[in-house]
Amino acid sequence: MALSNIWIVAEPSNGTFTTTSLELLTHARTFGATIAAITWGGDVGRAAVAGDYGATTLYDVGDLAGALPGVPVASAIAALVASGAPDAILIPTSYDGRDIAGRLSARLDRPVLTNVTGLSDNGGLVTEHPIFGGSQTVKAHFTGEGPGIYVIRAKSFAAEPSGGAAANVIAAPAGDVGATGTARIAATHVEERVGPKLEEAAVVVSGGRGLGEAEKYALIEETAKLLHGAAGASRAIVDAGWVPYSHQVGQTGKTVKPTVYIAAGISGATQHMVGMKGSKNIVAINKDPDAPIFQIADFGIVGDVHKVLPALIAALKARA
Amino acid sequence: MNIVVCVKQIPDPAAPQSLDASHNLNRSGKLILDEADTYGVEMALQLVDKAGSGEVTVVSMGSAADVAGLRNALAMGAAKAVIVSDDALRGTDALGTAKVLAAVIRRDNPDLVLAATESSDGYTGTTPVQIAELLGLPSITFAKSVTIDGGNVKVERQTESGYDEVTAPLPALVTVTAGVVEPRYASFKGIMAAKSKPLEVLSVADLGLADQTGPAGARQEITDVVVAETRAAGEKYVDEGDGAERIVGFLESIKVL
Repeated sequence: MALSNIWIVAEPSNGTFTTTSLELLTHARTFGATIAAITWGGDVGRAAVAGDYGATTLYDVGDLAGALPGVPVASAIAALVASGAPDAILIPTSYDGRDIAGRLSARLDRPVLTNVTGLSDNGGLVTEHPIFGGSQTVKAHFTGEGPGIYVIRAKSFAAEPSGGAAANVIAAPAGDVGATGTARIAATHVEERVGPKLEEAAVVVSGGRGLGEAEKYALIEETAKLLHGAAGASRAIVDAGWVPYSHQVGQTGKTVKPTVYIAAGISGATQHMVGMKGSKNIVAINKDPDAPIFQIADFGIVGDVHKVLPALIAALKARA
Repeated sequence: MNIVVCVKQIPDPAAPQSLDASHNLNRSGKLILDEADTYGVEMALQLVDKAGSGEVTVVSMGSAADVAGLRNALAMGAAKAVIVSDDALRGTDALGTAKVLAAVIRRDNPDLVLAATESSDGYTGTTPVQIAELLGLPSITFAKSVTIDGGNVKVERQTESGYDEVTAPLPALVTVTAGVVEPRYASFKGIMAAKSKPLEVLSVADLGLADQTGPAGARQEITDVVVAETRAAGEKYVDEGDGAERIVGFLESIKVL
């Protein structure tokens, strides 16, 4: 039985939508009869992309004038719900997605299910959530009146176009949000990175606390470069300020599923494993033979990253 | 400058974790202050110190049978603690938690509310923003730096590609990441002083939220908990100077090289 009406929060990104937004649009087609996307930024050029991924309607909140998206987008969705609620609202797990979900949940007085990695229609939507570092999966569903709000993790589903016609764009203004909407972005800082994007690279080389000091992260970057991959990091060294947040892999960072993931000096905290255990192959280098990372590694080297990585760099250079 | 910090006492993440028969996290063991919350407590103490006046209050929800975590926050320097503890709260979801904490915060009417981006046990990550909406406050999440400038809070907020400078007028709510400040260790003097600081225990009835908490208020249920498909541990070698060579061999075997 198909659910009749599904809304997807589609985060704008460079004239299209974030990959996770496209994944949600694609997956919604498996159970939704009608799909609408909700976006902001006032760029109607994205109607073609929304349609190509299955949305027939694109609600546009418009230019946010420097406001963080959470409040105005949730306000716009709440106004749309008031004139006709969907069966479900799917939101990507991201900094802004979580804000939108929290605001919307409180506004509608509807609960929210977060960290969703599976969603299927079984006489109603049933979610899957990884717990305890992904060792167990919880299945859950909403019991009250809809719409259910689902916050879904990146790479839970594949993104594939449907070839649909451009979506019909409808303006969905935020309305008056009062004091809640007063947070303003004064300046944006983009941290430069070279090579493939972390979420898309076929090879990811990540470093953790075992590197000992910030300067040693250069070993990770050089290994990644030689393998034409991207450099990642554990939360510990991001929080310590060694590398920017955009490098973080894990629960609060990026989810990656490369062909091979090389974890160097990373013990394997739950927070980290959730973001990389879907990798096709995992290589771990750690001096502690009992580090949890070895439990999920296809290939483990018990050794000192300060010896193994320079040797690996030399071996890769010799082949180049 | 009066600041409320939302904190949670959680089972020690280093100890084995399990779910009970009602699919709630087993919290019967010793509880500790969530490490993620120590950053908010420290940030609040520093901001109050810089402002020259005011105090830090920590608010929490959960069992008051063990309040060592709250005493820890008081020992760090918070002036008082409030915990809403009630059997009726078992099974409360993120929104229900936000309603409870918002009701407590409303009594204090602080200039700033701080929280972690998410708890380290449930990691739902929406409660702080739900609190902000219920209180009618602006919110800035994922702060890696927080300063007060007159009547505004200025935050460096993490983004996918770097960070944004975001400002909001006070009162406001900010969630902080673990890199925002280095939390202090409680001093012996602080630990002794914490024993006589006010620690108020409230019930759901005290807040008038009887129907909105617990499993009924959550409007969601867990239908099943299954063992996830596990990755088997593969080969493991102790490096004897050949570790790099072995990795190259593995990368060749999977055709990455």
